[in-house]
Amino acid sequence: MAGLELLSDEGYRVDGRRAGELRKVRARMGVFAKADGSAYIEQGNTKALAVVYGPHEMRGSRSKALHDRALVNCQYSMATFSTGERKRRPHGDRKSSELTLHLKQTFEAAILTQLYPRSQIDIYVQILQADGGNYCACVNAATLATIDAGIPMRDYVCASSAGFIEDTPLADLNYVEEAAGGPQVALALLPKSDQIALLEMNSRLHEDHLEQVIEAASKACKDVYAVLDQVVRDHVHEVTTLLGE
Amino acid sequence: MKETPLSNCERRFLLRAVEERKRLDGRQSYDYRNVRISFGADYGCCIVELGRTRVLGQVSCELVSPKLNRATEGILFFNLELSPMAAPAFEPGRQPELLVKLNRLLERCLRNSKCIDTESLCVVAGVKVWQIRVDLHLLNHDGNIIDAASIAAIVALCHFRRPDVSVQGEEVTLYTPEERDPVPLSIHHMPICVSFAFFQQGTYLLVDPSEREERVMDGLLVIAMNKHREICTIQSSGGIMLLKDQVLRCSKITGVKVAEITELIQKALENDRKVRKEGGKFGFAESIPNQKISAFKMERAPVDTNDVEEQAEEIIMKADPPSDFVAKPILRMPGTAQIGEGLENSWGDFEESEREEEEEGNSDDATTSGGQKMETEEINIVSKTKKDDDTIILSDSEEEEVVILEPEETHKKTR
Repeated sequence: MAGLELLSDEGYRVDGRRAGELRKVRARMGVFAKADGSAYIEQGNTKALAVVYGPHEMRGSRSKALHDRALVNCQYSMATFSTGERKRRPHGDRKSSELTLHLKQTFEAAILTQLYPRSQIDIYVQILQADGGNYCACVNAATLATIDAGIPMRDYVCASSAGFIEDTPLADLNYVEEAAGGPQVALALLPKSDQIALLEMNSRLHEDHLEQVIEAASKACKDVYAVLDQVVRDHVHEVTTLLGE
Repeated sequence: MKETPLSNCERRFLLRAVEERKRLDGRQSYDYRNVRISFGADYGCCIVELGRTRVLGQVSCELVSPKLNRATEGILFFNLELSPMAAPAFEPGRQPELLVKLNRLLERCLRNSKCIDTESLCVVAGVKVWQIRVDLHLLNHDGNIIDAASIAAIVALCHFRRPDVSVQGEEVTLYTPEERDPVPLSIHHMPICVSFAFFQQGTYLLVDPSEREERVMDGLLVIAMNKHREICTIQSSGGIMLLKDQVLRCSKITGVKVAEITELIQKALENDRKVRKEGGKFGFAESIPNQKISAFKMERAPVDTNDVEEQAEEIIMKADPPSDFVAKPILRMPGTAQIGEGLENSWGDFEESEREEEEEGNSDDATTSGGQKMETEEINIVSKTKKDDDTIILSDSEEEEVVILEPEETHKKTR
């Protein structure tokens, strides 16, 4: 798409946002009755659904059980209708496997797995509509679902993407900005301690700009944290009023 | 075959060594192992040795029709294979997580960073483009596969020559290497991956982890950079929590390392070019030493012997004097003698008869520690001549004597 400016002279992006602005985040917890924990999140047009089962006994191969902590089993899949063209393989291709691994790594670091030795925690995430920031929406949805399941975590895990156009870092990229091919950073952060659970960067970025971009992504993660925290508190408030306190 | 698990004492040893900033092969924390690049006889074939990790890279090309949504761009395909030849833990057929991770990292490092000009691979827009395929095979796994693989991939791509093509209207003529010299690919920059291993929640970090260090590390951070200090890829893996300034520090170290490695690559390519131009011999047959079957060699490591004497004197002065106990041969019967007695077996209660049948071999006084290690080897010392007048001749009357040794005070029972 030649001639499409990602950042106009007045500082507006393609969808009218400012450089550091996030897309509108809407989330709900407890969407499924059967699962231990579930959550649905919309970040702009990206819609993700996460379901958590566990901790339960090891299913399948007992040999994979870890003697001192829980095993976190993730699966990331994209619905066939989620992208512009129908996706032939919802999961099992290289990109999905990579994202599955990243999710697993992120949550193994955040969940207090030492409390549940020899057991398994399953996290299934499904993308219903992909409009950029797939991994980040998955992480945010999985955080909410894990909190809904009551599994103890070190802190919320908030993720956001960031890009860099014309010396300005952009926060929370959508599909158009991602497809343009510029540098993109995906960051999963534990907001209170500023610890990075996952850092991933693509495309060329000069070393001197790295700090700015990570800073922008961290700030975006903290903004997401504020929203998610509010969602959790509202949900807990709603549930306790229904229980009749 | 399942990977042999690492024993706890080895794990502790490695972690303690890391805490004291020592590595098993004597490197510093930020040192790379020796990189050796050798080229094959064909263009586009190379072997990269990073210490003992070896990766073979081969580039090939083919004319195909382009992808529908990218009609004017060539196609790049990367594939890294982990065969059981590299390590017995890799099984054929099953695709382990490691393979997916490495392949995706390589793809992102080389394809997304646009190191190769894909537009130049187009022959006829929408009809024919070049498909460049880079195949990497891991020949030996001694840690840090990703660095070696990225070096092999970029070296193979720089070394490769594709057949020349000319287009006249609708006609496409493909020249064989005999008709026209093959043409190199247009490469913008050379991204190289540098791996950092983190220990103890990020307190200690090592560059270029070896296989043992990889087994005990907490997590890995891979930064791919080119010599213009542009970062092409960053990937953190493992369960570590990083801090922003750790990442920034690693990127600075990466800049330095990549500059060194890029220089090395340029030199290797230059040498190969010179050899081929002058008509000298080139190829693997020349670069792999042929006097050894396995073609592995230990590099000479410089040992600092400057103050060894002072250190040795210090240690000797502080150490206890060696025990005066001299082993005397015990003559059992003509033709059979025994030197030294082993320590008492602490494994369990043996039958009396079994104990009598065993002959205990000589064990070093220095290495045994108070009866823990038991070495029961059957050593038949045949026809030992008696030189000492002090040899003990065992009689049938078996008196049990208790011999107390100074200064270790080990309690031994003689038979």
